[in-house]
Amino acid sequence: MAEPILEIEQLIKEYGQNRVLDGVNLTVHKGEVIVIVGPSGCGKSTLLRCINALEDIQGGIIRLHGEEIQKGSASSQKLRQKIGMVFQSYDLFPHLTVLDNITLAPVKVQKRKKEDAAKEAMELLTRIGLADKANSYPRQLSGGQKQRVAIVRALCMHPEILLFDEVTAALDPEMVREVLDVMLDLARQGKTMLIVTHEMSFARAVADRVIFLDQGNIVEEAKPEEFFEHPKTERAQKFLHVFSFDQVKKQEEGNCSEQSESHL
Amino acid sequence: MPDLGIEVLFKGTNMLRLLQGLWVAMRISLISIAVSIPLGIIVGALMTVKNMAVKAVSKVYLEVIRIMPQLVLLFLVYFGTTRAMGINLSGELASIIVFVLWGTAEMGDLVRGALISIPKHQYESSQALGLTKSQTYLYIIIPQTLRRLLPLSINLITRMIKTTSLVLMIGVVEMLKVAQQIIEANRMSSPNAAFGVFLVVFVLYFLACWPISMLARYLEKKWS
Repeated sequence: MAEPILEIEQLIKEYGQNRVLDGVNLTVHKGEVIVIVGPSGCGKSTLLRCINALEDIQGGIIRLHGEEIQKGSASSQKLRQKIGMVFQSYDLFPHLTVLDNITLAPVKVQKRKKEDAAKEAMELLTRIGLADKANSYPRQLSGGQKQRVAIVRALCMHPEILLFDEVTAALDPEMVREVLDVMLDLARQGKTMLIVTHEMSFARAVADRVIFLDQGNIVEEAKPEEFFEHPKTERAQKFLHVFSFDQVKKQEEGNCSEQSESHL
Repeated sequence: MPDLGIEVLFKGTNMLRLLQGLWVAMRISLISIAVSIPLGIIVGALMTVKNMAVKAVSKVYLEVIRIMPQLVLLFLVYFGTTRAMGINLSGELASIIVFVLWGTAEMGDLVRGALISIPKHQYESSQALGLTKSQTYLYIIIPQTLRRLLPLSINLITRMIKTTSLVLMIGVVEMLKVAQQIIEANRMSSPNAAFGVFLVVFVLYFLACWPISMLARYLEKKWS
């Protein structure tokens, strides 16, 4: 196994009385792609937000390369640069061009030369087929294009781990694919990624490991084939069943797992 | 064509005086807006803080200024200060004070609106990229706020210019007052001048405000 990049131990996150994460343990190794699935409100997004120090935590510890991440601490500001995050809402800066969106942080935070950052940005944009949009403003892009640019923006910081928080959830169905393809490409390049998604067939294709989170805890953790075909826990079975549909016109009585499989 | 009496404007320096009157109106509103904008930004920022007392005070200030007619404010400052405090303000200074009080309140409300309209994920994605708090404000939040603010504050300038027509009530000789004087002085020779002169006043107000409001619309379109 490669070296661990991210270690989470006994992570507890509460909003007031409401405990959202209840002692989560997770280790992410270099080059690993982990997909986190689970019913809405199970704490998936919160977990990612904690890792990126956007939320303060009430217990446990999160370490990136052995360094502790804590919201508000000076070292977290530094550590954040090593963590790339893409959100569900189109979060490009509307007053900057695509190119400026991508180069802002490399130039201002990492103090890289503007030309170098721009050159790299253009290479990345070319790779996702959006080089011609470099001087467009976000409002001139489609939702799918915006998310692809947001991914490039995160990549340009050379993060060691990438967090994707339901990046396709707000997209029209025909644009989901182009964004997922970019992520598949990143996985192929060996990037370390932590993905929260509701796209089950994508999860299956991209993941090295699937984590099923329910009620603030990791309930099941398995290889994708194993998880999607033979979920061990009842809760995971129930959850996966939501994504399958019983045929309306019953031609023949198939068993449940076959049906859910064919519809994933 | 009926006799509009416009010819009175060509007598002596009448037209020049009218333009000087317009300049007085412009001067009052431009000075007021120049002072109102920085003050309004401060007030607007104060309105978004969580402290209830600060919030309440700024809210009361805003409501009082908005509810009170500008004319009452003008009387209060011009006549009131003289009687109560023995300060003898010139009409123009009193006007500027009132317009600043009013402009700061309006501007503050615009700033507050612009600040709270920046979605939370703009702050978060900026932080997620490793930008510090001050960098986030400098590069992300303030530029976006200004873009939303500028067209609105330009509109406020035109509203101020129009409202200067009230200051003749406290003895400031601005365009409308000059127009009245010209009409009065020529009552015998051109009894119809009222229509023509006020028509010219109308056109001058329009010419002063129209480019400004076009600019606002242009910026609004460009940045929307």
